[in-house]
Amino acid sequence: MKDVKSQARSAAPGKPGGLNAEIQSRIGHQLRAMYDDVVRQGVPDRFSELIRKLDTPPGSPQVGSTGGGTNDGRE
Amino acid sequence: MPLTDALRDDILASVPSLRAFAISLSGNADRADDLVQETLLRALANIDSFQPGSNLPAWLFTILRNLFRSDYRKRRREVEDAEGNYAKTLKTQPSQGAHLEFEEFRAALDKLPQDQREALILVGASGFSYEDAAAICGCAVGTIKSRVNRARSKLAALLYVEGAEDFGPDETVRAVIGGNG
Repeated sequence: MKDVKSQARSAAPGKPGGLNAEIQSRIGHQLRAMYDDVVRQGVPDRFSELIRKLDTPPGSPQVGSTGGGTNDGRE
Repeated sequence: MPLTDALRDDILASVPSLRAFAISLSGNADRADDLVQETLLRALANIDSFQPGSNLPAWLFTILRNLFRSDYRKRRREVEDAEGNYAKTLKTQPSQGAHLEFEEFRAALDKLPQDQREALILVGASGFSYEDAAAICGCAVGTIKSRVNRARSKLAALLYVEGAEDFGPDETVRAVIGGNG
């Protein structure tokens, strides 16, 4: 395993705040961009159907099969 | 509490962020959706133990996080193709440069120890407070803070410091910032 601390020190000599602050801001953006890209996809049918099915009161007739419907169009 | 319509709607409303959390943790879209499905089933089966008025997203994230960790131990040798699989989940294909940068970020995130990765995602992307993140991970608030800090330092070292040897730090920062415009 590499010693990342010594690398970080050698890369930002005498600039504890400057370079580091820029990089941290950049990392924060990348992290949120990755995450929000998925959030924006909303709720796939697979999950809304799952919740709806489970909400069916016990004893009432189940519509269709319970095992299917997980493919929701994904190739 | 019983599963009311309102509670069901609230659970559904948490699905997008649960998926984002699961994909960020696992790096694999198909596996992430399986995790979310299992989380929902478990939440609904245990809905009586949910305290009305408490933090529903935190409760759901806790379930998902624990499922992931038990699953991870079983599967740690099978994890392959995380990056390629993740890229397929993107709605819009990023440009070549942005795509490369994205893959590099994803790969660096996957190199973090699991404790640090989940702490960073919960605080830095999901937007949980340190307190909520500590509750989700079952550890002290100070532990979460130090994990987040170590995760950030390590990502910085992985993503920006090795390249800095080629250009010098100032060039790297300019390239990173200019790359957006």
